[in-house]
Amino acid sequence: MSAREEILTRIRASLGRANSTGAPAGLPPSRIVIPDVPLERRIEKFTAALEKLNGKVHRASSRDDARDYVERLLHGRTAVTSNAPFVAECGVLTLPNVKPGGSDPLPLRGMCATLDAGITSADYALSDTGSLVMLSSNEEARMVSLLPPLHVALVPLDRLLTGLDELYSILPVPSDRTSSMVFITGPSRTADIEQILVRGVHGPGEIHVVLV
Amino acid sequence: MNPIPVDAIKSTLSDARLQNAIYSSTARLMDKRAHAIAPDAIDDFQGLRTQANAIKRHAIDNLDYYLEQLEQNVIARGGKVVWCRDAGEAIQFVLQLSREKGVKRIVKSKSMTTEEIDLNEHLEHGGIEVVETDLGEYILQLAHEKPYHIVAPALHKTRYDVADIFTETLKVERVEEPEQQTQVARRVLREKFITADLGITGANFLIADSGAIVLVENEGNARLSSSAPRIQIAIAGLEKIIPRAQDLATFLKVLGRSATGQPLTVYTSFLSGPRRPGEIDGPEEFYLVLMDNGRTRLLADEGKRQSLYCIRCGACLNHCPVYRKIGGHNYPWVYSGPIGAIISPQFHGVTQDPWLPFASSLCGACSEVCPVKIDIPQVLLELRADITHAKRKEGAGQWERRAFRLFSYVMRRPRLYEMAAAMASSVFPGSRGAWLRSLPRLLRLPPVMGWLSHRDLPPPPERSFRALWRERQRAKGGN
Amino acid sequence: MADVLERLGYQIDFPEAQTCCGQPAFNSGFWEEARGVARHFLDTFEGDGPIVVPSGSCSAMCSHHYADLFQDDPAQMARVKAISSRVYEFSRFLTEVVQVDDLGASFPHTVTYHDSCHALRELKIKAGPRQLLSKVRGLTLKEMDAAEECCGFGGTFSVKFPNVSGGMAQTKLDSILRTGASHIVSIDSSCLMQLQGVISRQELPLKTIHLAEVLASR
Repeated sequence: MSAREEILTRIRASLGRANSTGAPAGLPPSRIVIPDVPLERRIEKFTAALEKLNGKVHRASSRDDARDYVERLLHGRTAVTSNAPFVAECGVLTLPNVKPGGSDPLPLRGMCATLDAGITSADYALSDTGSLVMLSSNEEARMVSLLPPLHVALVPLDRLLTGLDELYSILPVPSDRTSSMVFITGPSRTADIEQILVRGVHGPGEIHVVLV
Repeated sequence: MNPIPVDAIKSTLSDARLQNAIYSSTARLMDKRAHAIAPDAIDDFQGLRTQANAIKRHAIDNLDYYLEQLEQNVIARGGKVVWCRDAGEAIQFVLQLSREKGVKRIVKSKSMTTEEIDLNEHLEHGGIEVVETDLGEYILQLAHEKPYHIVAPALHKTRYDVADIFTETLKVERVEEPEQQTQVARRVLREKFITADLGITGANFLIADSGAIVLVENEGNARLSSSAPRIQIAIAGLEKIIPRAQDLATFLKVLGRSATGQPLTVYTSFLSGPRRPGEIDGPEEFYLVLMDNGRTRLLADEGKRQSLYCIRCGACLNHCPVYRKIGGHNYPWVYSGPIGAIISPQFHGVTQDPWLPFASSLCGACSEVCPVKIDIPQVLLELRADITHAKRKEGAGQWERRAFRLFSYVMRRPRLYEMAAAMASSVFPGSRGAWLRSLPRLLRLPPVMGWLSHRDLPPPPERSFRALWRERQRAKGGN
Repeated sequence: MADVLERLGYQIDFPEAQTCCGQPAFNSGFWEEARGVARHFLDTFEGDGPIVVPSGSCSAMCSHHYADLFQDDPAQMARVKAISSRVYEFSRFLTEVVQVDDLGASFPHTVTYHDSCHALRELKIKAGPRQLLSKVRGLTLKEMDAAEECCGFGGTFSVKFPNVSGGMAQTKLDSILRTGASHIVSIDSSCLMQLQGVISRQELPLKTIHLAEVLASR
C-alpha cells in the first residue's frame, strides 16, 4: 500500500468509516464581517496601525506629490522599482538613482540585494492592521519588497480595504490569482534575543507607504 | 518508563537568571496578548475562538476529505504532494530529492514539525549543509540546542550567551547588543539565502480549497526561504488543515494575538505551487510533505482528538505556572508546556514519560487562553486515567494504587473515616494548633516528606467537625 | 458557613455519613476508586434541597467531573444530573440563590482575595466573593497582581512535584506580600492550606482565612 493510501486508510479507520464519504456536511459558514467604514476613517486607521509599528504613511495629494515625497525620502539613496504601472505613472522612474527592476529574475535579484530601496505598488492595503497585500505577478516580483533595507509602496486610495474579511470576500481563493500572496505589516522585526525589539532582520527595516 | 527528571528540574529552579528570563519573557507575552484581545482592540474575540474551534473540529472530523481536496488543488497549481507515514519517510524524501537535484545547501525557516523529526541532524549526517534562518533558531543551531519555547525558541538565552555563541562559532568580533547581533546574523544568512538551492519551510495552515500553505512570521526569513531558492519543500503535520481560505479571516485574527499580541505578524505568506508563467520570481518546484508520524493514532480517541486542533501559538506555555517554573527543556519532547504535556504521551505512548500529565496543578489557565479552545486539563485527566490503567496492567505503581484503594475504602465507610480522623488527632496531642515541621519516623512517607520539603503541615484538629457539630445541635435542641 | 446560613433563616442538615467527593483519586487517574467514593456521595446526598459546599474545587468535582466518571452508566448519570443541579459553591449560593451581599459581618483588616482555579475557571466565580467582601464592615480589599494565578497546590501535584509546587506558592505569596494585606481570603481550603503551609514555614506576617469565616465575623 502506498503511504498515501495507508494514511487515508488509517484516518478513516480512526474516524470509524471505511470509505471516502464525499463532501462533508456541517462545515460552519465562514465568519466574514465587513463593516462600513468611510474612506477618511480607513486612512486614519491605516496610518495609526502602521505608525504604531514604526512604519511611515504619507498621504499624497497627487501623483506628482507622491513622486516628490519619494525623491525627498531617497535623498540620494539608490532604488529599484517593480513593474507596477502605477509606480511608473507616478513618475518615480524619472528620479535620479532609481532603476526599473525588469522581469529577468537574476539581474533583478542582484539589484535588490545591492540597492538601498525597493519601490512597489500594492494590490490592496488593509486599514485595520496597516498591512500591504502583495500578489506575485508580472508586475510585482517577490524580491523587491523583501531584499532592500527600505521598502516604499505607492498605493492608490481606492485599494484601501477595511481588513482581512473584505480581502477574503474579494479574493475567496487567492491561489486562483497567484502563487504567492503576502501581507506586509510593518518593518521586518524580531524579539528573539531577550525579547528586545530589533527591526530589519531579513526584510526591510524601514517601510513607507504613500497613499495616493 | 522514564522517571521525573528531578535533578534537571531542580537545577532550572535554582538558576535565578534563568528563572527571571522565563518569568519576564512569558509575562511580557501574556501582557501583550491581554492588550491585543481587549474589547477595544478587537470585536468579539471569544466569538472568534468559538468559530476557530468549530472549524478545527469539523476539519479534523473530516480529515480524509480535506486532505484529498488539498492534494488535488496543490497538483492543479503545479505543486507535488508527498505523503509520509513517519519521520523516516519524510527525511528520506528530502535527502533523496536533494541528491537528485544536486542540492548542496538548504535554508530553513522555523518549523516545529521539522524539529519533531530532527531533520537538521539527519540532513547534516547525509552531507548536506542546512541553515536555520529564524534568528532564535539560528542561535540554537549554532549552540546545538533544541527550542525552549514554541514561538520564542531562544527565550532562555541572554545577549551575553548569544555573544559567546557568535564569537565561538562564527569567528566574528564580539558584540553584545541585540541590534548589532541581529546585523551579524543578517549578513551571514543573507549570503546563505542567495546561494541556497533548496528552501524548507513548515506551514502554519494548509488550505484545502486553495491548495495553499500559510506561513506566519516577523523576520522575513520564511519569505526568503520560500522565494529565493529554486526548490521549496513545505513540511507539515496533516492536522494543520483548514477547509477554506476564508477561514483565515478567523484564524489569522486569533493566532498572532494569542502568540505575541500582534493583530497580524509582519509577514503572512499564502503560497500555492511554484512560480507561475508570467510571474517574475519564486521557486521553480514546490513540494508539500504531508506527514502523519503518529497523528492518525491521536485521531482514534474521540475525547483526546481535540489535541490535534492546536495551531502552535504558545499561549498555553506563557500562561502555565508550571512551564514558567520548569522552562522548556525539562519537557521530554520539542513540544513543551501544556500542549506538550498532552501530545507527547499520545505520540509516544503513555508509559514512556508517565509523570508528564501529572506535572500540572490542573489550574486551567491554558484552556482559558487557547485560541482553538482545547480543553487541556480534561485531556490531562483522561491521560492520567490511561496511565494508571497501563501501570496497573504492568504491575507498576503498587504503593500509590494501594493508597488510593485504602482511600476509597475508608471514604465509603463514615464510621471508619471518623475513627481514622480521631486517631490522627491522638497522634499529636500537644500541637495546640501549631503547624508541624516534622513528623514521627513512622509517618515519614515520601508524599508527606514532599509536602514538608517546602511547607508545614496543618495539625489534625483537636476536635473533629462532627464532634463540634453534634455539640452545636445538642445546644440548640435544649432551646 | 453554618452560622451564616442559619442567620439567613436556612435550616441546615449535616448528613453525618458524608466523607469526600473523591476528587483526589479522580485527579490521580484512579477513576474506579473515585467512582466508589462518588457513589457514596450520591447515596449520602440523595433527596432534594440545595447542597452548599464551602469549596470551589469539591463543587466543580460534583457538578463537572462526576459526569466523566459515570459517562457509561446511564442509571448513575441520572443521579449525577440531579445532584449537580443541587450543588452550590457557598459564595454562589449567597449571591445567586439567596441574592444577598450584606451579611452584617465586620472584619477590620486589609485582605486580599485569591481566586482558586476551579472556582474561577470551572465555576466562573469571580465577582461574587468580592461583592460579599465589599459589604463587610471595616474590611479593605487590596487586589494582588497575580490574583488569578494558581497557588501551586493541585492535590497530589503538591507532593509529586514539591519544589515546583513550592515555587508556585512562592510567586503567589510574593504578589500577596506586595499588597500589604494581613489576610488572604479564599473559597477553597486546599489553596489556603498550601499557602498557610509556606507562611508557617517562612514565618510570614500573613494569615489565611476562608470567606465563610470572614462573613461569620461580627
